[in-house]
Amino acid sequence: MNTIRLDSKIPPGPLASKWDRHKFEMKLVNPANKRKYTVIVVGTGLAGASAAASLGELGYNVLSLCIQDSPRRAHSIAAQGGINAAKNYQNDGDSAYRLFYDTIKGGDYRSREANVYRLAQLSVNIIDQCVAQGVPFAREYGGLLDNRSFGGAQVSRTFYARGQTGQQLLLGAYQSLMRQVRQGAVRIFPRREMLDVVVIDGKARGIVVRNLLTGEIERFAGDAVILATGGYGTAYHLSTNAVNSNVTAAWRAHKRGALFANPCFTQIHPTCIPVTGTHQSKLTLMSESLRNDGRVWVPKKKGDTRRPEEIPEGERDYYLERKYPSFGNLVPRDVASRNAKQVCDDGRGVGESRLAVYLDFKDSIQRLGPDAIKEKYGNLFHMYQKITDENPYRVPMRIYPAMHYAMGGLWVDYNLMSTVPGLHVLGEANFSDHGANRLGASALMQGLADGYFIIPYTIGHYLATSTLPKVTTDHPSFKESAESVQQRINTLLTVKGSQSVRSLHRALGAILWDDVGMSRSEAGLRRALARISELREAFWHDVSVPGTPNNLNQSLEYAGRVADYLEFAELLASDALHRRESCGGHFREESQTPESEALRDDANYSYVAAWEFKGIGQKSELHKEPLAFEEAHPTQRSYK
Amino acid sequence: MRLNLRIWRQASRDTLGHLEDYVADNVSPDMSFLEMLDVVNERLVREGKDAIAFDSDCREGICGMCSLVVDGVPHGPDRGTTVCQLHLRRFKDGDTITVEPWRAKAFPVVRDLVVDRGAFDRIIAAGGYVSVNCGGAPDGNAIPISKELAEAAMDSAACIGCGACVAACKNASAHLFMAAKISHLALLPQGRVETRQRVVAMVEQADVEGFGSCSNEGECEAVCPKEIPILNIARMTREYVRAAVWAGE
Repeated sequence: MNTIRLDSKIPPGPLASKWDRHKFEMKLVNPANKRKYTVIVVGTGLAGASAAASLGELGYNVLSLCIQDSPRRAHSIAAQGGINAAKNYQNDGDSAYRLFYDTIKGGDYRSREANVYRLAQLSVNIIDQCVAQGVPFAREYGGLLDNRSFGGAQVSRTFYARGQTGQQLLLGAYQSLMRQVRQGAVRIFPRREMLDVVVIDGKARGIVVRNLLTGEIERFAGDAVILATGGYGTAYHLSTNAVNSNVTAAWRAHKRGALFANPCFTQIHPTCIPVTGTHQSKLTLMSESLRNDGRVWVPKKKGDTRRPEEIPEGERDYYLERKYPSFGNLVPRDVASRNAKQVCDDGRGVGESRLAVYLDFKDSIQRLGPDAIKEKYGNLFHMYQKITDENPYRVPMRIYPAMHYAMGGLWVDYNLMSTVPGLHVLGEANFSDHGANRLGASALMQGLADGYFIIPYTIGHYLATSTLPKVTTDHPSFKESAESVQQRINTLLTVKGSQSVRSLHRALGAILWDDVGMSRSEAGLRRALARISELREAFWHDVSVPGTPNNLNQSLEYAGRVADYLEFAELLASDALHRRESCGGHFREESQTPESEALRDDANYSYVAAWEFKGIGQKSELHKEPLAFEEAHPTQRSYK
Repeated sequence: MRLNLRIWRQASRDTLGHLEDYVADNVSPDMSFLEMLDVVNERLVREGKDAIAFDSDCREGICGMCSLVVDGVPHGPDRGTTVCQLHLRRFKDGDTITVEPWRAKAFPVVRDLVVDRGAFDRIIAAGGYVSVNCGGAPDGNAIPISKELAEAAMDSAACIGCGACVAACKNASAHLFMAAKISHLALLPQGRVETRQRVVAMVEQADVEGFGSCSNEGECEAVCPKEIPILNIARMTREYVRAAVWAGE
C-alpha cells in the first residue's frame, strides 16, 4: 500500500476569498456529460438528501440509499433547536466573520479555518434555499424571519421551526429528493445497509450493501461514492441518537483506506432526560434552548434528599451562574456537561439516581407567564412529562448529560474527499468543521452546507479530472467484497453463543461512558482498552444471533453494528489516550487549569489526528495534519 | 409488573400470519412500550428463538418509523403520542395487550409487525414539493409571510408520515397524510403556485397505490400522533375541486 500523504487542499489566498477562487478554479463537467456519471449517495439525512437532490438537479445519475424504510426518517429529523446563519437580520453585529470566529473558538481551536469560514459564508444561502422550499420557519408579526440566541452565542442568529427544525429542514431536503426521483434523476433504495466500499485501481467505484428485507447482498457501481451516514454516538449504547444509527459504513470505509480523524472528539449534551433503569434503549435530548429560560441548580448540601420545593433559595447552588457570571446558564455544551458531572461526583446530584441536576423554570414562569413558556417550549415540556410523569410547569426538570454528537469522523480534504479518491464524506460522518466541540444549531448548518453548496461543485471537479474507465459489478473487486461481507454474516450466525447482542452492547457502552466519557485519564483509558479487547473476544465466542441470513433479521443487523463498534471503540479510546491535552469535549484529567477548566496544549497537539487502519486489534498509524491559525488566534476559552 | 401479550407473527409477505402469546415479566412502569418489546426479544434471543420484528428508530416520536396497533388502536391508547413514547404506566399489572401491524392494502406486511410504506414516498414524489432547484433562491426575507400563516403551515407540516391515519381508517385512506402536505405547501406563497398540479398528482397517485377514499369519520385525526386535524382534508378537497374546475374551463 502506498504511504498516505495528507493534503488538505486548502486553496491559497486570503481566507475570505478562498472558496470563491476555488469555485472558479475547479473544473466543470459539461452539462451533456453529467448524466453519464453515476454518483452513489449513502444516507438521506440533511447532508445525504441535500447532496442527492442537488446532484440530481445538476443532471447526474444518482443512486440514493438509506437504512430506514423511507429517506424521510433519517436522524437529522430529531434535531430540535435550530440552524445558525450569519444573516444579521437582527442588526446585532453578526457577520460571516463572527460566525466563523465563534465556531473556531467554540471548537477549541481544533478545526480548519478555511473550512469553517466557508461554512459561515454558506450559512446565509442555506436559509434562502430552505425558505424557497417552503420550510415553515418561525416568523415575526411583521412577516419576517424570527431568530433566537442559542447555545452560548451572544448574537441572535438561530432560525427555527418550533422545536422541530431538523424535521422541517429534512422534509425540505427529502421533498427535493423525491422531486428528482419523479424526474428520473435519482433512484432510491431504502432499507439498505452499506457493508463495504469497493475500491478499484485506487478509486472508490461502488458499494456492497445488505438488503434488509431480503437479506440479499447487493452491489452498486458508480463513478464516485458519497457517505453521509452520520455519527457514532451509539457506540456508548445509550445516546440521543436513533437506535439504528451506527458507525458501520464509516468503519468499513476506514478499513478500505479512509483515515479516521479525531474520534475522541465526542459531544456529551447537557440537557437530556436522566437514565431511569437498565431497560433503557435510548436517551432523550431536550433542546438546549431550554437553558435560555431555565436555571440550573443543585442543593448546596451534599446528599440533600429534600424535594426541590422544600429547598430554600439560600441553600441552592446555581453553579453555572456562580462560576460563569457572563455566560451563566448559556455556557457551551462541553462546559455545562462537565460541571453537571462535577456537582454529581461531589455528592450533590438530585433525583433517585443522584445523577441529575435541576433545570428550573419557576422564575421565567413568574416573569413571562406560563403561556409564554408554553409557546416557546410546549412540546419539550410535553415530552418531558410523557417520559418522566412529572409536570415541569410545577417542579423543576431533572436533566443529565448524554452522548449526543460525534465531531470526529472520516478525514476529508477541503473538497470533502477522504483519503480514498472518489470517496466523499459529508455531514456528521466527516470530521471537518466543529473541532473538539460543536456549537448548538451548527450541525444542521454543516449538513446542508456540505450537501447543497459544497459537494455539487467539488464532485464535479473530481469527475472532470479523473480517469474513470467503466466498471461493472462483475469486477473481481466487487466479488471479493461481496464474499467477505457474506462471510462475516455467516460467522455471526454460526457462533450460537449465550449472550444477547444487546447485553454485549450495554457492556461496551458502560466501558466507554465510564472511561471515555466526560472525563478521561491515562489509567482509565488503558483500562478501557483492555476491557474493549476482552469484550470483543467474548462477542465472537459467545454472541447469540438467531434466525437466518436471507430475510428481515433485525438481530443480525444489530450484531453486525455492535461487532463494528467493538473494533471502532478501540480507536476511540486510543485517540483519547494519545491526546494528552484537554480540548472541547475531550477532557483529560491530567490537563486542567487550577479552576478545573480544560487546558489545551497548543505546542504539542494543534493538529488533526488522522488514523490509518492496520488490522483489527493492531495499533493504528497516526498521521498528523497541522492546524494553522492565521485569523483566529488560539486563546484559552473563557466563559467567565 | 407483568403483561400478557398477543403479538402478530408473520414470516414473510406471502405467508399467513397469526397471533402468538407471550409474557412480559418483571417490566417496569417507567419503560416505554418498545423497551418492553426489547426485553421480550432479548429473552427470545437467549432462548435461540427469532425475535419479533418491529420498526423503530428515533424513539422520541419524530421519525415516524414505529408503527404498532395496540389493542386495535394505532400507536395505542394515549392521544397525540407515537407508540415509542407510550409508557407502561398507562397499563395495569396483568393486562392482556394485543399488538398488530398497520393493516392496509397499500401497506403490505413484510414480517411480523413491519410493513412497507413505500406508497407514501411515491405520493410525495408525485408532487409533494416546491419545484425549486438549489441555488439562486431569493433572500429569505424577500417574501413576508404573516406569523399566522407560518404557524398554520407549521401545524400541517408537523406530519411525521407514520401512516397511523391509514391504519385507523376503515377505508385505509391516505387523505390526512396527503392533506397535511398539501395544506402546508398551499398555505405558503412559495408553495401556493403549484397547488393545482400538486393536489391532482398526489390524489391520483394515492388511487394507484390502493388507498381508499375519505368518508369523514375522523378516526385519522383521533390517532394522529401530531394531532393534525381533518380540517386539512377539507382544505385539500377544496383545492382538488378548484383544480378540477380550473381544468374543465
